[in-house]
Amino acid sequence: MPPLTASLPLLFAEAAGADDPAARFIRLLTVFLLAMWVGFEVIMKVPQRLHTPLTSGSNAISGITAVGAIVVAGSLATGVGTLLGLLGVVLAMINVVGGFVVTHRMLEMFNPKKK
Amino acid sequence: MSSQAWINLAYLAASMLFIVAFKLMTGPRTAVKGNYLGAAGMAIALIAACCEGPVISRLTSAGPGALVMVGIAAGIGAVIGGLMAIKYPMTGMPQMVALLNGFGGAASALVAGAELWNMTAAAAATPAEQIALAQLAPWTQFAIATALTGLIGAVTFWGSFVAFAKLEELPRFKQAWTDPNRHWINLGLALATLLLICGVCAYPKAILLYWLLVVVGSALGCTLTMPIGGADMPVVICLLNSYSGLAAAAAGFVIDNSVLVIAGSLVGASGLILTAIMCQAMNRSLVGVLFGGLGTTSVANADDVYAGKVKSASAEEIAMVLEGASRVVIVPGYGLAVAQAQHAVRELANALEKRGCTVEYAIHPVAGRMPGHMNVLLAEADIPYEKLREMDDINPTFPETDVAIVIGANDVVNPAARTDPKSPIAGMPILDVDKARTVVVVKRSLSPGFAGIPNPLFAADNTLMYFADGKKAILDLTAALQQG
Repeated sequence: MPPLTASLPLLFAEAAGADDPAARFIRLLTVFLLAMWVGFEVIMKVPQRLHTPLTSGSNAISGITAVGAIVVAGSLATGVGTLLGLLGVVLAMINVVGGFVVTHRMLEMFNPKKK
Repeated sequence: MSSQAWINLAYLAASMLFIVAFKLMTGPRTAVKGNYLGAAGMAIALIAACCEGPVISRLTSAGPGALVMVGIAAGIGAVIGGLMAIKYPMTGMPQMVALLNGFGGAASALVAGAELWNMTAAAAATPAEQIALAQLAPWTQFAIATALTGLIGAVTFWGSFVAFAKLEELPRFKQAWTDPNRHWINLGLALATLLLICGVCAYPKAILLYWLLVVVGSALGCTLTMPIGGADMPVVICLLNSYSGLAAAAAGFVIDNSVLVIAGSLVGASGLILTAIMCQAMNRSLVGVLFGGLGTTSVANADDVYAGKVKSASAEEIAMVLEGASRVVIVPGYGLAVAQAQHAVRELANALEKRGCTVEYAIHPVAGRMPGHMNVLLAEADIPYEKLREMDDINPTFPETDVAIVIGANDVVNPAARTDPKSPIAGMPILDVDKARTVVVVKRSLSPGFAGIPNPLFAADNTLMYFADGKKAILDLTAALQQG
């Protein structure tokens, strides 16, 4: 077992390319499980009145898949691959922008100083 | 530092911003800031994505064409999303969120599909492409994650689409799908997806298998959501939200990107927690919500419950009752949202408060059609949120309440949940309005709520029914009160 300080940078080192696929899978799985844990801890006690903004705010963040769509559509590509990627970019951006704007609109309503 | 290291650092910063954003979203005073931080994190991640190695190498070798197209696509998406978000009325928020959510899921499935297509088509010319081809071996991270992304993405998109159609009350989707064979159909589709997942993992180069999986996943998304009744919509919205996060996380495994995995799993976790909270609020298990279907158990006959016992009252009579009240609790339901009556309710509350009466609002956790929906609507009408009381908080005060005004709510105030163990909603936590001295129910007719069962509250001795459209009823009441 390497010490934690040595393995931490590895967690975020991406596309290292040469490393063993299984090791890479475990690395991403580690990130996945830790992030799930953080998610549970952070959101456990959210008051009822914020359920709607939280749902739509997290919905906007799920549009992060736009990052994947941009990389896929903008890199070496076949015609079909690019087309699928571009469609992905459009849909994911609808999700991102729509999600953040809608959340903002809702939160504005909780603000007594509006209008 | 290499450019890839800078990109990874940007992704790390974005991930941290997302976590802080979620943290701030759980407090009413900090939520707006949280939303901004989330958007900032997203902007950083998107810019970093444009600087990724493959994108830059394409830029230097083939000119800016691809990046320009990506920019145009992103612009189109941003404009559509922005317009939808600004134009949609507040009552339609649940549909809107469901729709946006579906787009996210579909995008993830497309990312995995596009990556699969690119990889299978890549001639093994450069070292990078050779690595890509090596990844296409059966049962690798790439193959498994691609299959899962396709499935979850497809289920999310079609599930969200059906949820949207139900919430929008499109005629074909209004009734829950209760075909007795639906469990077998779902089971068959589930088995088919399982086989196809194995197929994609074993033969990742056979692109057709992936798209077949997406098609079957799409069918499953529809058949899983169609039987779910309107009352359970908050649960479904949360669950689909969670799925869209998991789809993004799975897409992160496909393209080996940690920011997708982190943001996706944060969303997945928050969706799961809200799902659990919603299920608790209805005293039902998740399995019960997803597969149980309401309305199949023995239901009391509406005529027996209501016959001769329902008392209808006019605005003047109700105003007289309200004049003598010193404590009034308003119970809003989805009917209030449909009638756009939140501002009228505020007027009525103002009129009552001018007479020295205390007015509070009792909000059931699943009132409305998405989690916390009613709070947003009432906040829109400038009702201070200190007056919005949660169920456990306000239930003990009903016996000291002179008048409870129920506006367009039904199942969440049905005392059968407490008294009739055979009722389909037995055990569901409800607002105990029947314990108030007088209950005024504003409703268009005696038609049942989402659960499809009659409500003994409407026939109770201390209940006055006021049959009218929610908004008009409240306006008339306010007028009658001000004249009296």
